[in-house]
Amino acid sequence: MKTQKKKNEFLYFASRNKKLLIGASIIALFLLLALFGPLLTKTPPFAFANPLGATPPSSKYWLGTTFFGQDVFSQFVNGLRATFIVGLIGGGMGTLIGIVIGFAAGYRGGMVDEILSVLTNIVLVIPTLAVLLIIAAYLEVRSIATQCIFIGLTAWPWVARAVRAQTFSLRTRDFVDLARMSGMKPTRIIATEIAPNMMSYLLMVFILQFGGAILTAATLDFIGLGPTNAISLGLMMQLAVLWGALQLEIWWWFVPPGLAITALVGSLYIMNVGLDEVFNPKLREL
Amino acid sequence: MSLTVDRLRVYYQTLYGDVKALDGVTFGIKDGEIMGLAGESGCGKTTLSNALILMRPPMKYLEGKVYLDNEEIPVWDTDQMNPIRFAKISIVPQYAMNAMNPTRKIGKMIAELLEARRIRSTEVTAELKRRLDLVGLSHDVLKMYPIELSGGMKQRMVMVISTLLNPSLLIADEITSALDVSTQRAVAEMLVEFRDCKIVKSMIIVTHDISILYQIADSILVMYAGKLVEKAATEVIIHQPRHPYTRLLIASLPKVGIQHDQKQLVGIPGNPPLLLNPPVGCRFRERCPLAYEKCIEEPPFIEIEPNHYTACWKEIEGHASA
Amino acid sequence: MLALKEVSKTYRIGTFGGKELHAVRNVSFDVKPGEVVALIGESGSGKSTIGKMILRLIGTSAGSIQFQGEDIAAFDHARMKEYYRKIQGVFQDPFSSFNPIFKADRIFGIIRDEFYPRIGEKEWQEKVNVSLTAVGLNPEHVLNKYPHQLSGGQLQRFLIARALLLDINFLVADEIISMLDASTRIDVLNLLSDLKARGLAILFITHDLSLANYISERAIILYRGCIAEMGNIQTVFNHPLHPYTRLLMASVPRLDKKWEEPVSVVDGREATLDGCPFYGRCPVADKTLGCDRFQPPLAEVEPNHWVSCYHYPVGKINLR
Repeated sequence: MKTQKKKNEFLYFASRNKKLLIGASIIALFLLLALFGPLLTKTPPFAFANPLGATPPSSKYWLGTTFFGQDVFSQFVNGLRATFIVGLIGGGMGTLIGIVIGFAAGYRGGMVDEILSVLTNIVLVIPTLAVLLIIAAYLEVRSIATQCIFIGLTAWPWVARAVRAQTFSLRTRDFVDLARMSGMKPTRIIATEIAPNMMSYLLMVFILQFGGAILTAATLDFIGLGPTNAISLGLMMQLAVLWGALQLEIWWWFVPPGLAITALVGSLYIMNVGLDEVFNPKLREL
Repeated sequence: MSLTVDRLRVYYQTLYGDVKALDGVTFGIKDGEIMGLAGESGCGKTTLSNALILMRPPMKYLEGKVYLDNEEIPVWDTDQMNPIRFAKISIVPQYAMNAMNPTRKIGKMIAELLEARRIRSTEVTAELKRRLDLVGLSHDVLKMYPIELSGGMKQRMVMVISTLLNPSLLIADEITSALDVSTQRAVAEMLVEFRDCKIVKSMIIVTHDISILYQIADSILVMYAGKLVEKAATEVIIHQPRHPYTRLLIASLPKVGIQHDQKQLVGIPGNPPLLLNPPVGCRFRERCPLAYEKCIEEPPFIEIEPNHYTACWKEIEGHASA
Repeated sequence: MLALKEVSKTYRIGTFGGKELHAVRNVSFDVKPGEVVALIGESGSGKSTIGKMILRLIGTSAGSIQFQGEDIAAFDHARMKEYYRKIQGVFQDPFSSFNPIFKADRIFGIIRDEFYPRIGEKEWQEKVNVSLTAVGLNPEHVLNKYPHQLSGGQLQRFLIARALLLDINFLVADEIISMLDASTRIDVLNLLSDLKARGLAILFITHDLSLANYISERAIILYRGCIAEMGNIQTVFNHPLHPYTRLLMASVPRLDKKWEEPVSVVDGREATLDGCPFYGRCPVADKTLGCDRFQPPLAEVEPNHWVSCYHYPVGKINLR
């Protein structure tokens, strides 16, 4: 009855939360576009399809073509795909590393906690972007995958800190003591007793990481450290600016990627606020 | 009568319907009376004390009237209650220890509190110091931060603040339950002293600990599942209770010095009903060893002996036939 | 069976761990098989810390806890599991003892996974039913439910039933009835006395003197992490010697007697770490005896009655 009630309660509030619904719909729309959009393209993103160079959106080229006659729609949907991959893998890695370190530090406490906290704080204060710049500059070939790894390895400290604090408070609950008195091993206690109580929290953390990864990736791309062998939304903007799309008023080149990044990250944050309201009874409006 | 409550009905709104936490209660408190309000968790005693001072959503007022010193007070209207709250009806909250703003010195906090009531703090300084002497706190506490006080000292400080404007009625909500026995006694005796010094006219002491009430209350009102069960003088409730619930409750309390091999006490089987959808008739019916057909109807809360009220058909019928 | 030998627990507090908080100081006592010992103290007296140290949920800072002659601090995971087969605990807040997102019987499932992995389904059900019946619960009424669907009293019995699934001979009961309503708490108390009749030793941790007296044989009065007085519960309750125990006895609200003459409460006197822990509030503190500088030793002032107070030197006792 409780789960049913609880699930119903979650669904009840979730289905009435405008922020969550709006955010989720926008994300879903982009996700569909990223999944199926590339199937609708006639040319690869970098192919010089249109001999006329930059032309505005038309029935043939839905989002127009670039300075070099490349199909903007093809670049856009493929870039969108890359963005989702970076968000999912980069953000997912950051979340995962953060969770593992947070659990270990929060549950073990003592020496383990001190060492991990020092590590967390070191990574936290390292100027992430500067390090990414240096590493990215040294790599000959940069792919979407390497970008994911960079982001995953630098974005976890916030997650670790938050998870550690939550674990700390859950660890002192009596049911954890009871599990320990049942001779359960620590990893099992974390997996079966502590983690399930933090699911909603972890989901929200992942969403924030997802959004953060997209932003970081776009920043890297824009300053010219994007993938060298693939297209991404950030790279589109960088190329557009590089080839004077602003001065030549080729707006269809840079508006779609810019708008998409803003809308994606914005909706993720709105969704997060909505989820917070759904999960946190104090924020619910009856 | 200091306080008269007439058929007060207050529910809690939830997603699944109204919780009938206070379902029509009628009683009075005389001038100078310290009334203990006892009952198990969820019986409505906290709802009753909150209803008299601050009725905030999800609390929902349905009906009933409250008179203080023979004047009706609008308990359903939080705005209209503003001038009454603290000045005429005041409360010592359950977590009094944490009720004080930690970033303000206590003296400044009191001054701000008075200003909000448009009272100049200099007018009451002398009285404030007299009150501090009364509870045995040094005047220096006014220059201290709440964190510098021990639990018992904070409790006394909050009591001084709550009663500064000589309210007619003081509600003390479980104020002794978080304290250690030695501090508990001091705080309880201080409440009596406040009444004896006429700082407050009458008092409601909400607690689940009946033995504390036996020490300091003049009368005890017992609640069960949102209804009044019995009200009488303290000695009568403890030694000659009439309602089966009160009897079983008193009998289940271990006395100091009793050991289980000398005298095996028993609890009350069963659990209180859920107030979302309470049973018709007497709400204690399902756990009551004396329940009979009549109990399917709701028993009225009537005076079976002078100043002894109870809501039990057995007692009412016995009273009628006698 | 279980013995504490000069056990202390110190916490480092403050910004840089510079301050020390002595939660438990040099506590020694033992519990014999089948004995109910009441550990009585106010909040912050260290009584729950002692319970948690016995269950090895927290470590000791000094001293040792011995179970059947062996130091429990040296146990590895496998030995610890055997230890938990013999010793279990039940805590104050029944709702916090259950993971709110799972059904209540899950705590039985964990015991089965960890201790009885090879038992058959039918045999296990039988064992659970026996255990639940022993604590006065009807298996049909309580199995397959979520914690919030059961009352506090039922949950506490559930936890005791969990302990009974193992062959325990020692139970740490930490304030297990203080959150229960009066009408149900006595039943849980009676249950403990039934278990005692079956040979279970119980450490009954409480702040409530009347409840302690109801089921215990021996009382240990704690004040600020130190034992103030210890002995047969009747002796301690009827002839309290330590000024602190006397204050407690005079303050406890009784239903058969109103509070008598006012108790003298001292507040705010500075107590030092080296002196008697009760020095700050003691009405009979005497500097000439050294109350402010030296902690009085726990002395056996009469057979099986120990007091830590300079007013009661060994052999020179005046029982009014």
